[in-house]
Amino acid sequence: MISIELQFLVAGIIFIIGLIGLMVRRNIIFMLMSMEIMMNAAGMAFLCAASQWFQADGQVMFLFILSIAATEIAIALALVILMYKHFKTVDTKKLNSIQ
Amino acid sequence: MNILFVISAVIAVFSSAMTISRRNAVHALLFMVLSFLAMSMIFYSLGAAYAAILEVIVYAGTIIMFFVFTVMFLNMSVSPEDEKMQTGWKTWVVPTLLGLLLLIGFCISFFTGAEEYIVVKQISAKEVGKLLYTKYVLGVELAGFLLLTGVVGAYYLGRENKRNVHRYLQNIEN
Repeated sequence: MISIELQFLVAGIIFIIGLIGLMVRRNIIFMLMSMEIMMNAAGMAFLCAASQWFQADGQVMFLFILSIAATEIAIALALVILMYKHFKTVDTKKLNSIQ
Repeated sequence: MNILFVISAVIAVFSSAMTISRRNAVHALLFMVLSFLAMSMIFYSLGAAYAAILEVIVYAGTIIMFFVFTVMFLNMSVSPEDEKMQTGWKTWVVPTLLGLLLLIGFCISFFTGAEEYIVVKQISAKEVGKLLYTKYVLGVELAGFLLLTGVVGAYYLGRENKRNVHRYLQNIEN
C-alpha cells in the first residue's frame, strides 16, 4: 500500500512541472500542454483521495475535470489558430500590442 | 511497496519534464502521450480502472489529437534541422521503450491475479455511475452545458468569414 503522502507528492511534483512549463515557455502550444499536465495532476490528486477513503466521489470529480479539460482545449486551440491567422506567430511575447 | 505505482510515477514525472523541455512540438507530444499513459497506469494501480480507461480515451486519444491537428495546421517545424531531427530514431526510441515498460507492468499485474500489485479496493464503474446520477446530477447537467458551450465556441471561433461581394464588383476584381 502506497502512503497517501507519496501519492500527493507525485501529484504535486507533476503539477509543479506543469506550472514551471507554463511560466517558462513562450510558445502558446507548449503553454497549453503544460496546462493539460496541471489539470491531469489535479485529477490525480482527487483519485488518490478517492482510493484512500474508498469513496467514488473522487472519480466523479475526475470526470468533471476531464470534461472541463476537453472543453478548454477545444476552445483554446481554436483561439490559437485565430491568433496564428492574425499575427502569423505562436509566440506570446509578440502579442504585446493592442490594436 | 507497490512497484507498479512507483514505476508509473517515475515515468510520469520524467515524461512530463521532457514534455515541457523539448524544442520540437511533435517530440513534446510524444512524451505527452507517454505522460498520460503513465498517469493512466497510476490510476489503475490505485484501484480506479474506470478512470484509467477514461484517461486513455479522452486525454491520450482526444486531447492529443487536438494538439496534433493544431501542430500540423500551424506547420511549426520549418527549419531543415528540425526535419532532420524528426526522421532520426533517437526521437521515438525513448518514449517507445518507456511505453513498453508500462505495458509489461500492466500485463504482469493484469494476468497474475494483481493482488500484490493493486492492494487497495477497486472502485467499480457501477458505483461511480450511481453516484453520478443521484448526488451529482446537477453537476452532470452543468458539464453538459459546458460541452455545449465548447462546441458553439469552437464553431464560432473557427468559422470562415464569408465575404459578401456584389456580382458587379466581383467582375471588376477578376
